[in-house]
Amino acid sequence: MAKKKEDMYIPRRIHVSAAYRTFTVFNTILMIVISAVTLYPFLYLVAQSFSSERAIVAGEVGIIPVDFNVTTYVSIFKKGEFFHFYGNTIIYSVVGTFLSLLMSSMLAYPLSKKELRLNKFIGPFVIFTMYFGGGMIPNFVLMTKLGLRDTVASFILPGLIGTYYVILMKSFFQSIPRELEEAGQIDGLTQIGVFFRIVLPLSKAIIATMTLFYMVGYWNNWFNAFLYLDTREKWPVAYHLKQIISGTQTSNDPGATADAAQISANIKSCSMVLTAAPLICIYPFIQKYFVQGMMLGGVKE
Amino acid sequence: MADSLKQYKPKKESLARHIRKNWRLYLFALIPIIYYVVFRYLPMAGNVIAFRKYRAGGPLFGVEWSGFKYFKQFIRDQSFWRAFRNTLSLNITYLAFRFPATLIFALLLNEIKNVHWKKFVQTVSYLPHFISMVIIAGMVRELLSTTGPINSLIVSMGGEPIQFIAKPDWFPTIFVGSGLWQGLGWGTILYLAAIAGISPDLYEAAEIDGANHFQRVWHITIPSILPTITTVLILDIGGLVGSGGSFEKVFLLYSPLTYETSDVVSTYVYRMGIGSGNYSYATAVGLFEGIINLVLLTIANIVSKKVTNSGIF
Repeated sequence: MAKKKEDMYIPRRIHVSAAYRTFTVFNTILMIVISAVTLYPFLYLVAQSFSSERAIVAGEVGIIPVDFNVTTYVSIFKKGEFFHFYGNTIIYSVVGTFLSLLMSSMLAYPLSKKELRLNKFIGPFVIFTMYFGGGMIPNFVLMTKLGLRDTVASFILPGLIGTYYVILMKSFFQSIPRELEEAGQIDGLTQIGVFFRIVLPLSKAIIATMTLFYMVGYWNNWFNAFLYLDTREKWPVAYHLKQIISGTQTSNDPGATADAAQISANIKSCSMVLTAAPLICIYPFIQKYFVQGMMLGGVKE
Repeated sequence: MADSLKQYKPKKESLARHIRKNWRLYLFALIPIIYYVVFRYLPMAGNVIAFRKYRAGGPLFGVEWSGFKYFKQFIRDQSFWRAFRNTLSLNITYLAFRFPATLIFALLLNEIKNVHWKKFVQTVSYLPHFISMVIIAGMVRELLSTTGPINSLIVSMGGEPIQFIAKPDWFPTIFVGSGLWQGLGWGTILYLAAIAGISPDLYEAAEIDGANHFQRVWHITIPSILPTITTVLILDIGGLVGSGGSFEKVFLLYSPLTYETSDVVSTYVYRMGIGSGNYSYATAVGLFEGIINLVLLTIANIVSKKVTNSGIF
């Protein structure tokens, strides 16, 4: 019996192994190289942020800190403004994401209803904006004319509704069995009641994915701040970082001349590490929701 | 009889009645629609300042007609054509590398048998996609700085340090290299989704027919995901003239020293418009690019529909 089973399987394995084993070895090495190349810049930044000025200038830093020190981090923490910008980012991201989710689902849910006759106008009206837009200058002029410059609204409004996300949500809503919604209506819920009480609780997967996409979008955004937020106190951390990196802003504390060289050597890497850290730390746990969302879109396509 | 039939056919309903019946859902959609009108369609209409003189602080749609004055101006402007050429050549070079690289990477990922190892490689390779462009650009600058690791390597091999970021010759390489580094993993997602949808029966049948691994990839995997490959490629080609997607990266990495190879249409629009206050001129350039883009995308979509029966519109 055992022998017979082997007879069945062996030919397949032999057939595979000759060239395929070489290929597997090659493939594994290639994957290791790709992973290493992807991770190297991150590791280098972290190492540099903990290394001494001397080692950085001499180009001795690899992926392990040389002459470990936290001078620059301490100065950033002492100055404290970094965390003020961080606070801004958190507020903008949370408020923006909430409004984005609300607005996107308010549009996606009616669009998912095949019986709504006006959808044949609303659908193309919305989708057209994916392929043609106002362009940078008219958008900028509009924001100025509306008097929204230098307000939180100017940071959030330009990307409030992502049309692609609306389409993803719409197809998700369409996949919810009609019977459930009809049962709700029989129980006396209005169409909006059905949405909040029945559809939304069933849509946790898509809501999670959308939350993450919008959240990352707001978290990483610096350009709206660059265009519209003139007051420094209102900047999100990504824009503050942009200023540090482009060198328009140095952190020269007159009192700390001894540390000045060290700080200017790795203020950029320290700031980058601090900005990216939260996202990178939670990323492995939330990654599957991103993929899930993209798969939804891919299948739809 | 006829009456009751009418009642059960919603299509026969008058529009007013239909709206009255579904007013809650329409009201729901109304607020987002107003958003689209104000923040998407109003700026579209704002493109009219490409044909009208706009004065800073003046009315939204400009003060007086100027016809094609601004179009004639930029058509004669060498820096516009330089930006146009750079946009095209950067996009084409990037696509020429990205397209085969993501496809091959997706196929290779699919060959990894160990689930955990596969998950690890995927997780790592998707990561850069979620990092802010500010950080990506900062990383590139750090890695390529004269005391950075790449120059250290060059020096240790007896070479002279290169000021990568200030040399026009290096910009396309930096642009494409950092793009691949950031986008390679994420670019595989559509392919992997398509591969996941292939019926295992096909592979089993091929195995029984004696096809080896490579033959199975060649004769089953690739033909099965061909519609996805075609759609991705056609849409990429449709987007070759657009520079909106590369704005952030170019803007954060370029400098007057490298304009020769790095300035793209969107950065040119930014400098002309918001930088120097030539709003109408910059709008004309942006509109020109937007229209070419729309036309190319429409053609790409028609081709995609013809070839693969799946389009984006």
